[in-house]
Amino acid sequence: MDLDGVYRAEYGRCVATLVRLLGDISLAEEAVQDAFAVALEKWDTLPPNPGAWIVTTARNRAIDRLRRESTREARHAQALLLHQHDEPEEVGPVRDDQLRLIFTCCHPALAPDARTALTLRLLGGLEVPEIARAYLMPEATIAQRIVRAKKKIRDTGIPYRVPAEQELPDRLPPVLTVLYLMFNEGYAATSGSLIRTDLCAEAIRLARELATLMPDEPEVLGLLALLLLTEARRPARLSPAGELVLLPDQDRSLWNHALIAEGHDLVRRCLRRNRPGPYQIQAAINAVHTDGPATDWQQVLALYDQLQALAPTPVVALNRAVAVAEVHGPALALAALEHLELPGYHLLPATRADLLVRLGRAREAAAAYDEAIALAGNETERAFLRTRRAGLDRPS
Amino acid sequence: MKQYMLAVHMVEGTPAPSPQDMQRAYDQVDKVNQELQATGAWVFGGGLLPADSATVVRAEGGRTTMTDGPFAETKEQLGGFWVLRCKDLDEALSWAAKCSEACMGPVEVRPFEDEPES
Repeated sequence: MDLDGVYRAEYGRCVATLVRLLGDISLAEEAVQDAFAVALEKWDTLPPNPGAWIVTTARNRAIDRLRRESTREARHAQALLLHQHDEPEEVGPVRDDQLRLIFTCCHPALAPDARTALTLRLLGGLEVPEIARAYLMPEATIAQRIVRAKKKIRDTGIPYRVPAEQELPDRLPPVLTVLYLMFNEGYAATSGSLIRTDLCAEAIRLARELATLMPDEPEVLGLLALLLLTEARRPARLSPAGELVLLPDQDRSLWNHALIAEGHDLVRRCLRRNRPGPYQIQAAINAVHTDGPATDWQQVLALYDQLQALAPTPVVALNRAVAVAEVHGPALALAALEHLELPGYHLLPATRADLLVRLGRAREAAAAYDEAIALAGNETERAFLRTRRAGLDRPS
Repeated sequence: MKQYMLAVHMVEGTPAPSPQDMQRAYDQVDKVNQELQATGAWVFGGGLLPADSATVVRAEGGRTTMTDGPFAETKEQLGGFWVLRCKDLDEALSWAAKCSEACMGPVEVRPFEDEPES
């Protein structure tokens, strides 16, 4: 591993530990950046434990820096450091620190947009321009969100701790949402620029950490399983020509079978706990999709019924309708879509179009495809829909 | 320890709650206040008379002027507040949840500036 690799792997953990040691996020970031600058100068070969080296160096640099400064934050941090003098000198990154930091970054008192940006910056070590590119937002907007969030954490006294058991029902969902959105943002970008693939990898890395740290939370395991089972199918999702390939048409030999095995194992572990939640059920649906040579749609529909009872959202209703079509036929599925409202979401008219095709109502299908094409967010999906629409004119 | 203001806002022009609901809110707030005092989080708390009882005072250039009515010309006006001493925002937020339930309305939590060090 080179220095870049160490940076990716250790940045978030080191920042998390330094936040605990210094009691301030900005001071912690500066100290860790200082330490990586020293590493760039000094490392000819990697030390045996690069993370511990960075933490110790960052801590020493912070002490030097604080001695020269006399702001309130500096004095507070200095007091904290002195207080911890009895602790062993060689401190590596502590995993609990990351857990504390992710709960701070995803605190419900912060704006949802800010939570994701802050998590990517502090735990993922992504730079502001990288986050801005990933979300197709101006750098200034992302930078401002991060600055504002850090200021709110400091000014309002958002604590740096893992919530107590009884707080988890309120505090865990925003953390899971951030990781889920991070992954989706990367996955939806079918054009596949490198940065966006990184978002998926980072979401999976953080979900893995979270699952290691909270192995008794079935929804955490469920989220990890969902991400792994989705990621596993990525290699088959685009044809060599870059066209979108639907699940039934995918070449299953291209799937990542190690990830699928890991995902299935996690789903089984969740089921044993018998505390179902939306992520676990979505993971179970993906487990059915990746089990055997073809999807068992009866089982998928039963799972969507369960999901709809827990999370009655229009997107769930739309996905359930797809399963209804497979089990009970397109007419019933179309009826299920009738009163659904999902403004701006291209998959609603796209699904309706597919169902109309199967019912032989080509003219209505064409109109629905046109609606979907106008709403689709990226070129790969638009091209896919255009091909389907063009297929209507050809006798099959 | 930090201090936080927990503010309750009234929207003018909305129908007044029934006397029974008012009484229920008073009783519930009383209970929360006792709990706040018992735990030591309490600094101050109270309800305000409607905003039309307000007077705005401006002292500028040696002259003092007064205007009748509240400073902010909006329908949402401060209806009352607590000042609490808490360990961190989470503690203030969990009190706010109790206060919101008791007074049957949203509660805005804002930290005070730290006192200057002497």
